[in-house]
Amino acid sequence: MVECLAGKKVLTKGNYAIANAAVIAGCDCYFGYPITPQSEIGEFMSGKMQELKKAYVSAESELAAINMALGACATGKKAMTSSSSCAVSLMQEALSYATSDELPIVLVSVMRCGPGLGNIFPSQGDYNQSTIGGGDGDYKVIVLSPSNVQEAVDLTYKAFYLAQKYRNPVILLADGLLGQMMEPVEFSEYPYPEIDNSSWALSGAKGRAARIIRSYSPTEDFQCEHIRHLFKKYRIIQENEVMFEELYTEDADIVVFSFGSLSRNVKATVKNLRAEGLKVGFFRPITLFPFPDKRISEIADRVDKFLTIEVNMGQMVRDIKLAVNGKIPVEFFGKPVGSWPSVEDIEVAIKGAMS
Amino acid sequence: METQVFKVPDSFKKDFKYTFCPGCDHGIAIRLVGEVMDELGIRENTIAATSIGCSVTIYDFLDMDSIEAPHGRALAVATGVKRANPDKFVFTYSGDGDFASIGIAESLHTALRGESISSICINNTTYGMTGGQLGPTTLMGQITTTSPTGRNVEYYGYPVKIAEHIALCDGTAFSARVSLDTIANIKKAKQAIKKAFEVQLQGLGFGFVEILSTCPTNWHMSPEQAHERVRNEMMPVFVPGVYKDVTNI
Amino acid sequence: MSRIVIDSSKCKACYLCIKECPKNLIRVSDKTNKLGDRVVEFSDPDGLCLGCALCATRCPDLAITEVYKG
Ligand SMILES: Cc1ncc(C[n+]2csc(CCOP(=O)(O)OP(=O)(O)O)c2C)c(N)n1
Ligand code: SF4
Ligand code: SF4
Ligand code: SF4
Ligand SMILES: [Mg+2]
Repeated sequence: MVECLAGKKVLTKGNYAIANAAVIAGCDCYFGYPITPQSEIGEFMSGKMQELKKAYVSAESELAAINMALGACATGKKAMTSSSSCAVSLMQEALSYATSDELPIVLVSVMRCGPGLGNIFPSQGDYNQSTIGGGDGDYKVIVLSPSNVQEAVDLTYKAFYLAQKYRNPVILLADGLLGQMMEPVEFSEYPYPEIDNSSWALSGAKGRAARIIRSYSPTEDFQCEHIRHLFKKYRIIQENEVMFEELYTEDADIVVFSFGSLSRNVKATVKNLRAEGLKVGFFRPITLFPFPDKRISEIADRVDKFLTIEVNMGQMVRDIKLAVNGKIPVEFFGKPVGSWPSVEDIEVAIKGAMS
Repeated sequence: METQVFKVPDSFKKDFKYTFCPGCDHGIAIRLVGEVMDELGIRENTIAATSIGCSVTIYDFLDMDSIEAPHGRALAVATGVKRANPDKFVFTYSGDGDFASIGIAESLHTALRGESISSICINNTTYGMTGGQLGPTTLMGQITTTSPTGRNVEYYGYPVKIAEHIALCDGTAFSARVSLDTIANIKKAKQAIKKAFEVQLQGLGFGFVEILSTCPTNWHMSPEQAHERVRNEMMPVFVPGVYKDVTNI
Repeated sequence: MSRIVIDSSKCKACYLCIKECPKNLIRVSDKTNKLGDRVVEFSDPDGLCLGCALCATRCPDLAITEVYKG
């Protein structure tokens, strides 16, 4: 099914699309534990990976699932796990280890609402969990934020590529709406080159020195060096991998920010307001780390005001403010959880911010 | 003519130096692993998932590829390694805390799934690395830094009998408990490790050995007294023996 | 003649080997290790060593690195 999907246009659910894309990207191993609204990913993978004679484990917990991915990635295999909100909380430790070990885990995080168990209501409450994280120490995870099913597919390919290229975990941050919605998508072949990892992957110490993948640090100096090395890498990622979508910012008085599937409503509203003659711009970070702060800072030089719209309590505001560095005001409109604000709600919010 | 009857196993790194406390049995257990690796000729095909605890340094001694798992996750990491590379020999080496407390879910489920993995658990009745706190195998009445008047049921409940639990799992091919208190028992321990490794090579399922081991430092005993404690206090509760062996049915 | 080789740089002076040797051929020496503890030495002027390797089997530090039976 997957083989024939590559190169085909089909109507499919976000979660299935992501799972299909992972298989096309060459995912060798999937490990997961169920949680709504992402369970279809594991369901799809259970059949597909067996059909392809690849690794699939119905793990006993998310702790186990992501650590299985850690083990598989240590041997140079492409491994993925997927989960949601309160269960991604359980994965923070392993993400921290994976950054230090420089292991390319791909984690698909399909947001529901928290804190705690919360519910399966739509939410963008895991922006901080993804971009800042709750693991220990200084580390960064690459975070990709798709806004539609096609982009979820394309960014799944990219997630595998960036993870391998930079030897760093990547989170594909989707949300319940995106996971559940049906849209037409076109599956290309995996568009990226394969990365040679034979210089570091564990394969048995045959005819070469033994390799140890560990985060344990024998000395202070060693650890300082290691963290500096990681941050040098993060800087390269920041310089080379920023992705964003930008509309009407050239002559805008106000630019409205939004990420993920919510940005579709925001973009539609901005287009409506433009038709009314209002000088409104639109900006959507696609990479949440690396955050497009350079571009945002440039835009802030010629715009009066920024407005960020999120379904959380304003988690992205902090990153935008850091980019703006006090040059212009950054306002927030949103709600903690629940169905995305409508075009009408957003229109009122934007007009309110402009008045 | 003289013949060599003992050597440092070839599977050891040439420049290794144990960093355990004087008299600590971790050193013997790792030597036995090295001897078995030599005998089975598996060093170059091995990927170990190590654990957190005094056990972690095994990768500094054995000349093999390894990945250090987070505390308690050795069996999950090993599962990932093995599923991704069914042709590799994969084993874990953990303490009782790592294997049977923080990692008990991973340990039991790995056995239940019958993963083709071999696993060694060093039971020294305490969290050695963190300074001798009460752990899952701390004996009733045993004084530790977090059981100042000894382990009692009201506050701490009962110690876990690991080898018996693992033996109950359908996916387990071999489960044994051994001791290192005497030369004879050290020899039996090696046989058990070998068996736990062989069942993996034969694709029979999960192979497990619990090794009763000393922690002279945190027990506040001489190495010799520590072996007496293993004999007199641990072995009556954690009875050595083979609890499951599918090759023997 | 049977004999053992001790790598005194690895000896942690736990003295478990001394108790294990059936012929009492291992004793505390005057040499100290990094911790200042006196390491052991093999002394077999009468060639009594059995090459039984009990000492090496017991040594937790792999400090008895070779045993020969002759
Ligand atoms: C998640 C986590 N919790 C706690 C620790 C601290 N810690 C390190 S080793 C250890 C106990 C190890 O005990 P055991 O597994 O029995 O090994 P031993 O040192 O006794 O050989 C603990 C609690 C840690 N590293 N990670
Ligand atoms: S603390 Fe205990 S287990 Fe750890 S090395 Fe020392 S004696 Fe061995
Ligand atoms: S080989 Fe046997 S007899 Fe010789 S020193 Fe060692 S224990 Fe003693
Ligand atoms: S048993 Fe080993 S470490 Fe202990 S005293 Fe003898 S040689 Fe030294
Ligand atoms: Mg312990």
